Amino acid sequence: MISSLLGVLFDGLAYGMLLFLISVGLSVTLGLMNFVNLAHGAFGMLGGYVCVIVMSRWHVPFLAALVPAFVAAALAGLVLERILYRRLYRGSHLDQVLLTIGLTFMAIAVATFLFGPQQQSLRLPEYLSGQMSVLGVDLNVYRMFLLAVGVVLTIALTLVLEYTRFGASIRASVDNPRVAEALGIRVGLVFQIAFAAGSGLAGLGGALGVEVLGLDPVFPLKYIVYFLLVVAVGGTSSLKGPLYAALLLGVVDVAGKYYIPQVGAFIIYAMMVILLILRPQGLVSRP
Amino acid sequence: MFKSSVSALLLAAACAAATPAGAEEPIKVGMILEMSGPFADLGRQILNGAQAYIKAHGDTVAGRQVELIVKDTTGAAPDIAKRLAQELITNDNVDFLAGFGLTPNALAVAPLATEARKPMIIMNAATSVITTRSQYIARVSFTLSQVTAPLAAWAIKSGIKSVYTLVSDYGPGIDAETTFKKTFTAAGGKIVGEVRVPLRNPEFAPFLQRIKDAHPQAVFIFLPGSSEQPIAFMKGFAERELNKAGIRLIATGDVTEDGVLETMGDTPLGVVTTHHYSMAHVSAQNRAFLKAYAEVAGNGVRPNFMAVGGWDGMAAIYEVAAKLNGQIDGDKAMEVLKGMRIDSPRGPLVIDPETRDPIQTVYVRRVQKVNGKPYNVEFEQIPDVKDPGK
Repeated sequence: MISSLLGVLFDGLAYGMLLFLISVGLSVTLGLMNFVNLAHGAFGMLGGYVCVIVMSRWHVPFLAALVPAFVAAALAGLVLERILYRRLYRGSHLDQVLLTIGLTFMAIAVATFLFGPQQQSLRLPEYLSGQMSVLGVDLNVYRMFLLAVGVVLTIALTLVLEYTRFGASIRASVDNPRVAEALGIRVGLVFQIAFAAGSGLAGLGGALGVEVLGLDPVFPLKYIVYFLLVVAVGGTSSLKGPLYAALLLGVVDVAGKYYIPQVGAFIIYAMMVILLILRPQGLVSRP
Repeated sequence: MFKSSVSALLLAAACAAATPAGAEEPIKVGMILEMSGPFADLGRQILNGAQAYIKAHGDTVAGRQVELIVKDTTGAAPDIAKRLAQELITNDNVDFLAGFGLTPNALAVAPLATEARKPMIIMNAATSVITTRSQYIARVSFTLSQVTAPLAAWAIKSGIKSVYTLVSDYGPGIDAETTFKKTFTAAGGKIVGEVRVPLRNPEFAPFLQRIKDAHPQAVFIFLPGSSEQPIAFMKGFAERELNKAGIRLIATGDVTEDGVLETMGDTPLGVVTTHHYSMAHVSAQNRAFLKAYAEVAGNGVRPNFMAVGGWDGMAAIYEVAAKLNGQIDGDKAMEVLKGMRIDSPRGPLVIDPETRDPIQTVYVRRVQKVNGKPYNVEFEQIPDVKDPGK
């Protein structure tokens, strides 16, 4: 009984962490930069395809393949920010939605053209697959890996955003671009880097997610609800909010499916409704 | 006045003269398929199968050319399917409606087929109820119940007494669950647990854990083919080491369908499934099918049972056209379809004159490597299986 409880808790945290990893890029572009970036999943999909392809064509090991996944998505973000996104920073949210949903459909069409509509999958290295027994509970190795990556990433991002000059520049540029510009911050450049970083994180999340979520051209639409759920419930003021939200949703979802499988699939949405009623500004909101 | 009636007469004469010329018109087949969206792989398989048939048998039958008009439903979208069927009937004046990867799309079009008296060939959608919705529907694919019942019988025969069932929560899934339960418990087996998972469900971990904790001898699953779900389930099944806990995996062939089998790696090896078609089926018809399919889809693209549905659907249409000398009439076409025998790549198939569903051999198969690649290798067969879901 206790061990099954611990098992459910672990699975839930790991699932939550996966939700966080595929959404963390969005909490940079939507959360931090306040741009309704519905094309987030397209960057994730790009990272996923890059990871799968460098692994299968050039036999790059999985961990090394995560690097080009990040870089490719970041570069794509850099270019698209330059030619498209930049024009709409001051546009209405509706304009941003229209632009990015259009980009999403284009990405789906391009991916179908290049790779076909079928599922892609990758083979994990031995040391990341299988199970490990810890305190009598069977824990999945890849899920432990996801948890570890999530923790490291959160710490690193928090350090950058809260304690570095660059982090301060981003926050200043978002809060008041005119004053930031007057203080000598190159707002355009800061935004460009931040957007590329957010896109890169999306790519990384996409690559990490292939094993659990699968990968096909409709990826950006299939999981858009989950990206938005995490950021909406978590709040947009910090990275902590989406992290807590993702972990909470993960645990509730897995526990629901385990203990009451008849309604398990709806619990995550019920939880979202409750949390948004209780805390409409998100779990961790701006003071 | 006089002048205009002369021109009316001329017009009528021209129309009359045009009728024999109409025989030169192609036989139009309106293909309603899922060509984009989450089920795009399904639509592509069916269309490739149909095109492969045309490639192998020539594009004329009974002196008339055969033309496919492809319409995209973009997914499980009954409204769109219905609108597309309307367009095909009124604008394109098609002779056949065909395709239909998914049940909801087929159900939405059924009343239109009746109204327009157009033969409607189901090339994939596998819920039992479909053929009861219109007298003008004939199915050349299979029904979920048809392939599930033999699996339950096989499980009992192989000494499996307790089973946990896991199916997708929609028409075919419920058909599979009901049939399996009925056949299995009637023969003395015990269902120790059952769960219906939502169609959009990226996370199987908790369900798998629950199954593992229930210690059944086997778990029976149905999940839609050509989606990420069978892959995700297989991965989870291996990861959680359910096989090492002594739990066997049995499924309908959708789960290990030929198109997706290679991307699953080694995990499905040894899984036993029942279905009507395997790429590894040994027959001259199958060899011809595989060759033509490779010409249409390119080498290395594996066809699955949906592609065979497309192929056999075209075979049925050619046969109807040949029997009717190219003069397609809805009611006459249905008479030809009832009881029609098709020499399919899967083995022989007869369209039941009463239900217009296929009567065919169902094979028990095991996933095995042949020349280094995984295939569903058939090792037992149950001939002449009718749809038990009606």
